[in-house]
Order: sequence, then structure tokens, then C-alpha cells
Amino acid sequence: MGIVTTKLEDLVNWSRTRSMWPMLFGLACCAIEMMSAQASSYDLSRFGMELMRASPRQSDLMIVAGRVSRKMAPVLRQLYDQMPDPKWVIAMGDCASCGGVFNNYAILQGVDEIVPVDVYVAGCPPRPEGLIHAIISLQEKVKGEKLNRWS
Amino acid sequence: MNKHQSRAVEKIQKDFSAGAEEIKDEITLFLSPDTFIPAIKLLRDQYGFDMLILETAVDYWPQLEPRFHLVCRLWSMAENDILGVRVPLKGNFPSLPTLTVLYPAASWFEREVWDMFGIKFEGHPDPRRLIMPYDWEGHPLRKDYPLGYEEPQFTFNFEKVAAHKPHPKE
Repeated sequence: MGIVTTKLEDLVNWSRTRSMWPMLFGLACCAIEMMSAQASSYDLSRFGMELMRASPRQSDLMIVAGRVSRKMAPVLRQLYDQMPDPKWVIAMGDCASCGGVFNNYAILQGVDEIVPVDVYVAGCPPRPEGLIHAIISLQEKVKGEKLNRWS
Repeated sequence: MNKHQSRAVEKIQKDFSAGAEEIKDEITLFLSPDTFIPAIKLLRDQYGFDMLILETAVDYWPQLEPRFHLVCRLWSMAENDILGVRVPLKGNFPSLPTLTVLYPAASWFEREVWDMFGIKFEGHPDPRRLIMPYDWEGHPLRKDYPLGYEEPQFTFNFEKVAAHKPHPKE
């Protein structure tokens, strides 16, 4: 019985990591680096992220790229809520991780004030290789998910 | 200051008893809230200043009284001329008539001034906040508004800052 669940976990986690579809959420400068990671030189399609869905209903990874202002925060939460389970969040860049250079009243000090984040990427902006490292770390994290913790 | 500008400035100074200052080769007229709209209407209709480039405010608290200056810049496309207008405003929540009757572009400028400084414009067609969320309290660009920063989280105050950080319930 243990063999069956292990193999099932492996299969499902493998399929989840190999075809994760990110949602376009480029807000500011980090979006440029996200775009360049998606483009031909640092290809994200080889990780299964061929297309970036604009609709949250059809995606399972949200890469928050850029600073989130207080006016944008409810919008971001609504889009996160519209994503179906299983979903993961990568906070790309300094502004999404901790507020970055903007330590004031108008910018959210880290997007983890409103959504639970799986992987944080440091950098202002992080290089495309940094984002790819984050995606690989997320894949390692998903590979370790267990059957009874699946959402 | 060329002839076209000097004619306009002299007329405004005479009719509305406005002050004028030359700052870095540009004239700035000092008007009052009552003479604000008629003077600019005259500038637009008779002297060809048909474009509003800028309308913002400055807060001089606590050094100067009156505290707010509303700053406008008018541009004349035919004469390639720019003119500055300043309106010193008294009090902490001043109000003055809106410039949207003359220049529709003033609509968003005045929304931003209301949002950031608290200067009300009577007769504005859409008096909402522009930059901050609609239900925000306070006017951020005033000099007595707190900076609103979060303390940097080092290792020695890690728990203290972490206790105040908001977290999502999921």
C-alpha cells in the first residue's frame, strides 16, 4: 500500500512541476526580467511554462513581479482567490519580498502581508537566472509534497 | 520676458492687483482665490495661453504662512510662452473654485491635489482620490504627515517587528 501511495505522489508531483502555468502578474520593473526569462535566451518554456496565462482561472503559479501598492493589494488578493488549487506564489524581487527600497505608506511591505508565499527571490531586479533558480526550488518543494497534504 | 508675456502680465497686475515675480527668466503671478478664475480666463481668452501644463500644490509648513501655494503653469502654443501662476491659500483645509471650467485637463491634476494635500475644489466633476485607495484617511504629501515606514528588521529586533507584521489568514 505504501508503494502505491509513493508512486502516486511521485506521479502527481512530477506532473504538477513539469507543467506549471504561471499567471502574468508583472507589475513594475521586475516584469521586464520576467519577460526576459520567458524569452529565448533564458527560456522558461523548457520548464513547462510555455504560456503565461492572463486569466487566473487557468494558471497555478503566481509570480508577483514588482512593487504592490496599497491600492493594488485588494486586486492582487482577489486574483489569488480566483486561482484554483493547487497554487503557488513566487515573490520575485525585493519589493514583493519585503517592500524593497520603498519603505513608506503607499507600498505594501512585502506581498506576504496578503498572500502566502512559497519562494522569495532576492534582487532588484533578480537576474533571469535567479528567477529560474526560484522556479527550480519551487519544483523541489512541490516534489516533496505528501499525499495527505494535497489541497 | 518678451513683449507678449509682458503685456499679459501688466494687464493682469493692473486689473486684479496681482503680484509678479521673475524667477529664472519666467514670470510668476501671485493671485488670490477670488481673482484666480477671472485672471486665468483672461489669460486664456485674450492672450492665448491655451494649455494647462501643470497644476500642483506646495506645502510650506511650518516655515511660511499661508501654508499652501497652488501652482499652475500655462503654456501658449502660438507664442511659445510659459507663465506661472501661484495662489497662496490660507488655513489647513482651503478650498477654491475648480479650473476644469477653463481647462478640462485640470480634472486629474485637481484630484491629485485633493488626494495629496487636502485642498478642495468647488464644482469639480469627479472629486475622488487619485493615487491612494478611495477610503484612505489623511493627505500624504503634507509636511505633517508621518513617513509611514516600517522599521527594518534586523536580527536584534526580529521578533518585535515580526509581531506587528500582518499575515494573511490563507
